[in-house]
Amino acid sequence: MIFEVFRQEKKGAPFTHAGSVVAPDATFAQAFAHEQYGRRHESVALWVVPRDAVHEVTEFYDELEKTYHRVDGYSLKAKLKEARERAGTASS
Amino acid sequence: MDERGFLEYVQSGGQVETNDWMPDDYRSKLVKFIEMHGNSELMGVLPEREWILRAPTLQRKLALTAKVQDEVGHAQLIYRVVEDLGKPRSQCLADLISGKAKFHNVFHYPTQTWGDVGVIAWLVDAAAIILQKALLKCSYAPYARIMKKICWEESFHILHGRDVILTLMNGTAEQRELVQEALTRWWGPLMQFHGNPIPREEDPMFIWRIKSQGNEEARQQFLDGYVPQIWELGLTVPDPKLRKRDDGVWEYGEPDWDELRLVVTGHGPKTAERLDLRRRMLEQEAWVRSVVLAEAA
Repeated sequence: MIFEVFRQEKKGAPFTHAGSVVAPDATFAQAFAHEQYGRRHESVALWVVPRDAVHEVTEFYDELEKTYHRVDGYSLKAKLKEARERAGTASS
Repeated sequence: MDERGFLEYVQSGGQVETNDWMPDDYRSKLVKFIEMHGNSELMGVLPEREWILRAPTLQRKLALTAKVQDEVGHAQLIYRVVEDLGKPRSQCLADLISGKAKFHNVFHYPTQTWGDVGVIAWLVDAAAIILQKALLKCSYAPYARIMKKICWEESFHILHGRDVILTLMNGTAEQRELVQEALTRWWGPLMQFHGNPIPREEDPMFIWRIKSQGNEEARQQFLDGYVPQIWELGLTVPDPKLRKRDDGVWEYGEPDWDELRLVVTGHGPKTAERLDLRRRMLEQEAWVRSVVLAEAA
């Protein structure tokens, strides 16, 4: 069986994918992952997950190019300049 | 995506995951390259393993053991990447012990003294880390990712090697002689290590962006980084033509490419003996694998 290994580098950090191990069961998978991804104290915690249990999603569409829910949908520079000029607070 | 589109994608810096479509030629080149790397990690521990029992101090014994453990760990990570590309680890090992698969030239040579152990850990690992750092940009992402961990561990190996060399150089005249003799023995294989200077545009591994640098670029980087470090210790590099030109390029005597070809095709001084040891270990430890599988069933 193939198990995917995720490792946490320090407390509070996100778990990131490290690699995978082949093992006959979860107990061996944990031992192998511990050896390969933690023996030099490079991790504080590991998640060891059967590959079949990982459901990947890769389809992301944006046909309408909806910019109103992203920061690049808002360009304030020109408007701010105009507003400052109107208010008489624009720096010269 | 077709093969042309794929080629453009990887050449413009695109990265590929295990389940993405890839041309058959790309897949087979990846397997060949990565498997050879895995074999080299596994065979590379054998010259050093011979010195664990003969290490001069307890500290050196522990460090050497840790290094051997790291390299075997690298082999495990790397074979795992090969397996996901379709070639099982058992097949990689079978091809290795039958002599069908290759491993790096430097691991086909004997280690005669403790000086050799220092030169291997310092300069062979330095030459190898130049290759491995360039693989951080490999177009095959799962390989590039494990390379991060591997490079991190290799950097301790180089320091360990340099520490061994510096200790010997600060010792007796006899110890300094040990280092000089080892350097003289290893210089030829080190200069052959990065391969013949085929232009990178003609190297299929570069075309597919499996490698991100050409052979000669890697050798120049090695010379530029390490020759000054060798010279400053008062050591002599056994190549009268070696010099750095004003434009920064290193000139050197032509490496013995016939020797390289002969050695990597299985005719090195220690090839047969080391493959034989690997073969015996694989047979001897078959029971461990069967117990593990039976236990889990």
